[in-house]
Amino acid sequence: MSTARIKELVSTLHSPRQWLALAVGFGVLASVPALNRLVPVGAALHLSDSMLPLLGKFLCYGLVALAMDLVWGYTGVLSLGHAVFFALGGYAMGMYLMRTIGTAGVYRSELPDFMVFLDWKELPWYWHGFQHFGFAACMALLVPGLLAVVFGFFAFRSRIRGVYFSIITQALTYALMLLMFRNDTGFGGNNGLTDFKRLLDYPLAEQSTKQALYLASLLALLVGYLLCRYVVTSKLGRVLLALRDAESRVMFCGYDPFHYKLLVWTLSAILCGLAGALYVPQVGIINPSELAPSNSIEIAIWVAVGGRGTLVGGVIGALLVNGMKSWLTGAYPELWLYALGALFVGVTLFLPKGLAGLFSARRVRVVAPELAAELPAEPVRAEDLAGET
Amino acid sequence: MSCARNGAQAWLTQESAVSQSVRRVILVLLEVGWLLSSTLPAAHAQQEPLGAVAAKLGADDHDTLQAAIEALGARSEPAALRMLEALRDGNLRVDGSGAVLVRDGKSGAWLDALTGKPAAAAGAGLKTPLVNNALRRTLSPTIAQLQLRSTDPAVRLAAAEELAKASDDKLVPAMRAALKREIDPSVRKLLRLSLAQIDLTSPDPRHRLSAIAAMRDSGEVSFKTQLAALLEKTADGKFREPDATVRGAAGGALNSIEHQELLTRVVRDLFYGLSLGSVLLLAALGLAITFGLMRVINMAHGEMLMLGAYATYVAQLVFQKYAPAALNWYLALAVPLAFATCMLVGMLLERSVIRFLYGRPLETLLATWGISLMLIQTVRLIFGAQNVSVANPDWLSGGIEPMTGVVLPYNRLATIGFVTAVVSLLAFVLNRTRLGLSVRAITQNRAMASCMGIPTARIDMLTFGLGSGIAGLGGVALSQLGNVGPELGQLYVVDSFMVVVVGGVGKVVGSVVAALGLGEVNKLLEPFAGAVLGKILVLVFVVLFIQRRPQGLFALKGRAAEN
Amino acid sequence: MTQAQSQAHGQATHHAHATLSDPTMLWVDNVSVSFDGFKALTDLTLLLDPGELRCIIGPNGAGKTTMMDVITGKTRADSGRVFMSGRTIDLTELSEAQIAELGIGRKFQRPTVFENLSVFQNLELALKTKKTAFHSLFARLSSEARDRIAAVLDTIGLPTRAHAPAGLLSHGQKQWLEIGMLLAQDPKILLVDEPVAGMTQREMERTGQLLVSLAGEHTVVVVEHDMDFVRDIAKRVTVLHEGRVLAEGSMEQVQNDPKVIEVYLGSEAGNLGGAGC
Repeated sequence: MSTARIKELVSTLHSPRQWLALAVGFGVLASVPALNRLVPVGAALHLSDSMLPLLGKFLCYGLVALAMDLVWGYTGVLSLGHAVFFALGGYAMGMYLMRTIGTAGVYRSELPDFMVFLDWKELPWYWHGFQHFGFAACMALLVPGLLAVVFGFFAFRSRIRGVYFSIITQALTYALMLLMFRNDTGFGGNNGLTDFKRLLDYPLAEQSTKQALYLASLLALLVGYLLCRYVVTSKLGRVLLALRDAESRVMFCGYDPFHYKLLVWTLSAILCGLAGALYVPQVGIINPSELAPSNSIEIAIWVAVGGRGTLVGGVIGALLVNGMKSWLTGAYPELWLYALGALFVGVTLFLPKGLAGLFSARRVRVVAPELAAELPAEPVRAEDLAGET
Repeated sequence: MSCARNGAQAWLTQESAVSQSVRRVILVLLEVGWLLSSTLPAAHAQQEPLGAVAAKLGADDHDTLQAAIEALGARSEPAALRMLEALRDGNLRVDGSGAVLVRDGKSGAWLDALTGKPAAAAGAGLKTPLVNNALRRTLSPTIAQLQLRSTDPAVRLAAAEELAKASDDKLVPAMRAALKREIDPSVRKLLRLSLAQIDLTSPDPRHRLSAIAAMRDSGEVSFKTQLAALLEKTADGKFREPDATVRGAAGGALNSIEHQELLTRVVRDLFYGLSLGSVLLLAALGLAITFGLMRVINMAHGEMLMLGAYATYVAQLVFQKYAPAALNWYLALAVPLAFATCMLVGMLLERSVIRFLYGRPLETLLATWGISLMLIQTVRLIFGAQNVSVANPDWLSGGIEPMTGVVLPYNRLATIGFVTAVVSLLAFVLNRTRLGLSVRAITQNRAMASCMGIPTARIDMLTFGLGSGIAGLGGVALSQLGNVGPELGQLYVVDSFMVVVVGGVGKVVGSVVAALGLGEVNKLLEPFAGAVLGKILVLVFVVLFIQRRPQGLFALKGRAAEN
Repeated sequence: MTQAQSQAHGQATHHAHATLSDPTMLWVDNVSVSFDGFKALTDLTLLLDPGELRCIIGPNGAGKTTMMDVITGKTRADSGRVFMSGRTIDLTELSEAQIAELGIGRKFQRPTVFENLSVFQNLELALKTKKTAFHSLFARLSSEARDRIAAVLDTIGLPTRAHAPAGLLSHGQKQWLEIGMLLAQDPKILLVDEPVAGMTQREMERTGQLLVSLAGEHTVVVVEHDMDFVRDIAKRVTVLHEGRVLAEGSMEQVQNDPKVIEVYLGSEAGNLGGAGC
């Protein structure tokens, strides 16, 4: 790539001011491990050891929110099954972590503990290869990607849209949850995969490993963000927006929505897989409850809170909502569901553009008050409902 | 004697004018007569008074004791049974004079075993016969043999079961005798089968044939291995069963049983499919209105079911507290209470949230999901996070067995009846009332309906209320079939959407067909795939179906579908 | 035939069509469509010459929009075929996007533009280029493309609003933008559904001029209710009624056709002025 092309790319992605803001944001997040490591215990800014993986987990959620925003915010495809891709990435990583336990498990067997417990004599075929980190890492991206291609192929080819698509994706995650709950599926059933010991020979319990994982998550988030940003600022991104607003018009312009949706859907799934793979070593467990339909819907609310179709908004939404969740479930557990429920209702009723909408609306008002009044609040999309052919 | 009896029976069979009950009475009389003439002489032949036999219970050696038990087993006096039962329960004592005392199970008083009158328990010299396991093995069937003479069919049935377990050649004559006088069909069946089990090894081919016939008639799957064994060859190439006729009969019986088994399974699966379908339909019917007619993606639909189930629980509490005598009829309160509660909640929901989101289905989906979370939490705070127990009223427990192996539980039958009633009611409301007319008009063309003076806002509220209320009724039914807890709704919401989507949005009849179809498919798949895989297969099937026909089974076509 | 086939994919060959020995640009052959028993189109046959400007009129429910849906692939025909460029391409077997790529552009009855994109971006998307997803991901706007968009912006009179979101345009401007998108798409056949609805008299005149000027280079099909407008621009008129062609010819012939008068009698007593609305 020539320097000119890179310069052009940089200027397409963001204005200089936005780049600066991005750099500041990244810098702040990147300095978090230092608050844990360098600031002495007891100081006001000290971050406790347990907080770090929690924040790392939020960063993974941020990546999921990006992926969700890509398909929902930009393409108008609301997935209620994104947890599937996240969980598959997580399971792939979890399988690697299980294999690396080796004979250090409770039963001192080469087999993962749950297989010994089930009286299995040998590894199922699909567990082979997962002793290699590289293989597992590839699978964490490939398996969600492949499932997305297959599922998307059928769904988009037969033009399932709007709520129908949402309902089917919900059925997908529900079915997979049922499957994973079974012991004989071979992924630890109810308890899932847990009791991990080490990752690439680094003990997971070590604080330094946690810091590295945090930074890896942050890096993944940044790369994911730039990738998504590239997609949405490309012509493809404009076609996606056009698809969201008037799908049939796009078709009559000569674009085949099928390919566009499939591409974005698969990209989104792969990002979720990556997030899942980074998530599992930080929380130390992956089990079928990650596949509960409610988890997938929660992803949508992160994006809705932050603001659809903004990318950054989704990430901020994920951090805010999950921060609130951690705090409330600790301090006032009985209030959390009310708060979450109120968020769902409040945001859809009063903040259809999310927090990002607050800022942009104010900016527009300052620049041109008459334009702000003219802006359509939210285009009514007949296609959301239409299951028409 | 037996000849005369057979002749009498033949006459009875020919004489069709004599009613069934009269025949029964006559048969019983005949049998009593036959009984007196056949067993009593045998007892008299021993010429031994009961007291003398009983005195042997005090013997020290087991052989005498065993002989005494067997002797008592042949006696028809009630005292014999009383003594054997007391012996089994450790309530029998023999005093030095050979008199036998039994302790009454309830009062604990000592009675004279022969007369049944209270007796003074002489403290010294009382002896407790030692009953070891070998004796116990003799004792149980012997008691059962005597109990077969009981007037209580339930006691006879228990006795027959005991005998079937023992499966002892020595009991055969007694069992045959009992079978001849038995009139209760279930006891008869049991005796006949127990006999057949023993007769199958009888040296007499006629006995073996009749045993096979009995097994064939029973249709009992458990006989398959025994029948199949008759058809096997031993190592030297000979048939286990030497008689070709018997082998033929065994083969026929085996076929018949397998046929019967298949039929039973199909009928059972069909029924359970129908039952599951009606549950799905009850769960989805409310959604067929709110989603199907109003296009509102109500994710809180499951919680309406849950509220309906809790309303049932409250109705039960109210009855327990204020009218415990009428507890069996608490459902009469539960049905209107559930409907009213859910309708109110639904109308409130429509006015406060949903009406602002018409035309924005994805937003509606998220907002109603939020509402569902709040409803769940509210119920948790009021009723606790644990499941509550909602009991079936007595008249809903139990079931009927129209054919062997197929039990139709009353609660499932009632669900089917209930859903039929609700669907009929709904069809009536939609097709025959002013409200229904307005709803249909708005479904077809909201703007035009509004122009015609239909108060669309009010109708929206009422329709949503109706859909929610019907979901509440679904909740009443679900409370009778499974656990009632705050998460009840979450289990059904995915299924409900599947039903409505497969059925086709906008047509209630589509939901009916889809629910029954999905129920049947699910249950027919289960034997092959297991419950979980079956469910997953159904989901996959639904997804594929929607690919083929995105508009569902009963599609609205043409312009209406596209606007 | 092979020549015609290659031209179907060619870019600057529109003038050649008029001189082809096989003159049919679009051939709707015996097409029937029914919805739930309601027959929207019954054995409809329609032939269009290259470079022709054809107006289609008919009362509500005559099947005008359904016909366009069938041609553009939105609705599948129950029977019959639709051919493009002689008999070389059967449109009934293709998807909407493929048909659009072949060079059939469509303007909807209700103006449909991408409201959250700018006017410029709307035109960019419509522009004739490779339209695969992969291509779009790495596509960069060439200077020719920019010039082309600028030219279209001039034609539709919106150069000053180029970077305003399309959602902020007035109804008439949206109509123009949509026509502009058609121009950018540079199709062989333009299907225009009620182009002047909601326009002022002056805008209507300009639209009429534009459509007439497009004919010749393109084949233009206009469905319109406004009879004055049709009278102004039409050379050939086809009258649809109950899914069939009732009459076809010049405006004058059609107006005097007794069958047409019969059909319109109920509404306007034989006078076609303003009928059908």
